[in-house]
Amino acid sequence: MITLSQLLTLSAILFALSVAGIFLNRKNVILLLMCVELLLLAANFNFIAFSRYLGDIHGQVFVFFVLTVAAAESAIGLAILVVLFRERRSINVEDMNTLRG
Amino acid sequence: MSLTQLVLIPLLPLVGAILAGLLGRVIGRVGAHTVTILAVAISCALSFHVLKQIYLDGVPAFDGPVYSWLVSDGVKFDVGFLIDRLSAMMMVVVTFVSLCVHVYTIGYMSDDPGYQRFFSYISLFTFSMLMLVMSNNFMQLFFGWEAVGVVSYLLIGFWYIKPSAIFANYKAFLVNRVGDFGFVLGIAGVFYFTNSVNYADAFAAAPKIASAMLPLTSNTSVHAMTLICICLFIGAMGKSAQVPLHVWLPDSMEGPTPISALIHAATMVTAGIFMVSRMSPLFEQSDAALSFVLVIGATTAFFMGLLGIVNNDIKRVIAYSTLSQLGYMVTALGVSAYSAGMFHLMTHAFFKALLFLAAGSVIIGMHHEQDMRKMGGLAKYMPITAITSWIGSLALIGTPFFAGFYSKDTIIDAVHDSHRWGAGYAYLCVLGGVFVTALYSFRLIFMTFHGPERFRQADAGHDAAAAAHAHDDHGHHGPVEPHESPLVVTGPLIALAIPSLLIGFFTVGPVLFGGYFGDSIRVLEHNDVIAEMGKTFRSPTAMVLESFAHLTLYLAAAGVFFAWLFFLKKPEWADAWARTLAPIRNLLLNKYYFDWFNEKILSTVARGLGFTLWKAGDQVLIDGALVNGSAATVGWIGSIVRRVQNGYLYSYAFWMVIGLAVMLGWFLVR
Repeated sequence: MITLSQLLTLSAILFALSVAGIFLNRKNVILLLMCVELLLLAANFNFIAFSRYLGDIHGQVFVFFVLTVAAAESAIGLAILVVLFRERRSINVEDMNTLRG
Repeated sequence: MSLTQLVLIPLLPLVGAILAGLLGRVIGRVGAHTVTILAVAISCALSFHVLKQIYLDGVPAFDGPVYSWLVSDGVKFDVGFLIDRLSAMMMVVVTFVSLCVHVYTIGYMSDDPGYQRFFSYISLFTFSMLMLVMSNNFMQLFFGWEAVGVVSYLLIGFWYIKPSAIFANYKAFLVNRVGDFGFVLGIAGVFYFTNSVNYADAFAAAPKIASAMLPLTSNTSVHAMTLICICLFIGAMGKSAQVPLHVWLPDSMEGPTPISALIHAATMVTAGIFMVSRMSPLFEQSDAALSFVLVIGATTAFFMGLLGIVNNDIKRVIAYSTLSQLGYMVTALGVSAYSAGMFHLMTHAFFKALLFLAAGSVIIGMHHEQDMRKMGGLAKYMPITAITSWIGSLALIGTPFFAGFYSKDTIIDAVHDSHRWGAGYAYLCVLGGVFVTALYSFRLIFMTFHGPERFRQADAGHDAAAAAHAHDDHGHHGPVEPHESPLVVTGPLIALAIPSLLIGFFTVGPVLFGGYFGDSIRVLEHNDVIAEMGKTFRSPTAMVLESFAHLTLYLAAAGVFFAWLFFLKKPEWADAWARTLAPIRNLLLNKYYFDWFNEKILSTVARGLGFTLWKAGDQVLIDGALVNGSAATVGWIGSIVRRVQNGYLYSYAFWMVIGLAVMLGWFLVR
């Protein structure tokens, strides 16, 4: 039997990996998007774990919503990425610093 | 004496001024002078009617509000009239001289492009001056006081493209500010004690104010009445051009000559004398203030007269004469002879306006030449002007039976009889003044109307000063052929010459010794030198006979004789004297260095102070430290904090997570 704490630990590891991916990655915007996906999956993992543990189906329903939003988000993200690439001929994160003060 | 009549007197000139000023283009030159002269003429007739009612018919004095301007905290500020014998006399003098000047202006300004503007200004002046003299409260007095100042400013700078005129009107305005500052303080002092701006309340409270003390510092205090009266008198010093606030009056001669006659000789400059006479119940309560008045007046009377001897500009000589005569009036006020001061004010208004207008006639005849060294022998060419000038000058120096004799002799006698502190000094000054007056008056007459004809000598003595004064539309220098002026110019001269001759003889008895002023001037019994003199007064003719026993007449005669000797008979003697007395002559030519002091020291210090405050206070402290300083501080903080904003998404995310972790940690640990 897998315990709740094991599931939560896995979720935390996933979350930490994705966060680390967001700020350690200096090259590729696509990697950023993938890390954001992973972040959402880590959250989903928590939903499922608690749903199972508490015997409440609502958590698993919520996962569907999150997955839908995540799919929409990555669709928009990729579309922006395409436009960005056309505009700047680069998807290098280091080049994208126009927000600088 | 209905209220409508009283309201019409000042209002008509105002209407005339507005019509001529705003609709000048529409109604044209003839329209402008018709409407203003008509307004002033009606106003003059009404004033005479008021005088007749007050004096002959015995109608009681009118004192009441016409219009409530504002009420604040229970204090009423009214537009009101106090029409008693004092103000009735002033109204007649103001409107009569104003009427003469209006008519004269038609001739004098005939070729000036600012014709309508000029008529508008002088009508506005008449309105302001009438508001001043008819007022029954300090507020309206101050309104009139400032309004005549503004019109004076406008008229001195009437030829506004002349730099010297702009300098002069600016100077007049600034010097008057000094006086007005004192005046406002005086009014505030009265208000402090009475909580009212009405004359009646102030006069009723006079004994109460007289016994009060005002603390200056923690252990010294002054008599409230002395302080108030000296403050009020400082206002009079500015307006009536008493030493040391006299410096603006000679320069004001930059304005057109009719203005010099109306404003700077006959009416506006006498506002100070009128005001002090009006305030006689207050001034009577303070011997110290009256001594101050006396010393200032006597100093002005003698020392300003001396300056008339060395000047060559015909108008400036008369201007210094005006200063000196104003000094006589103020001296009279200083010995509590208010009625003598007012009497001299009236006679002086006529003969000094006459002298100025005659000088203006000479200036027209000489094609805008004002330098007496280029005149001479004009009597042949301008007989009416010459005769009227003679009458004016004879009246000025106090020839028996002429107007000036009665008023001036009374003042001198009053100073002689007074026991007030400073009266001895004042007596010497006014006696010396008689000689000096005769000397400069007849120097002017002889240099202008008699002796060799110097105007044909092309460019004789043509110096920069003369060039600066020639505000010429005519423009041509060199030989000129003088001519008598037209009737509109000589008419007012004759109209003014008649009172200059006769008014003293006929009015000295009733005005001075017949109690004309009644209770409009109040003198304490032990100060009343005029009443003392009244006991021995029999008739105007007897006064002339008595004067043969006095020094005054012989001093005046000596003045005329020396003027004849030095400036007509033996001009080379005058030059020799000028060389011998070079240091004194220099002192006089530099006007006792008052202008030098004001321009070089006073204004340098003031400008230095202003410059320091501008540089150190404004630019360094306010601009530098406060305004730009706070902006620079914000910018400096920003330049440091800005480094956090490096634009990389991952670093924002990193700080977000760190923040989240810290908050969570804090939340959990707590």
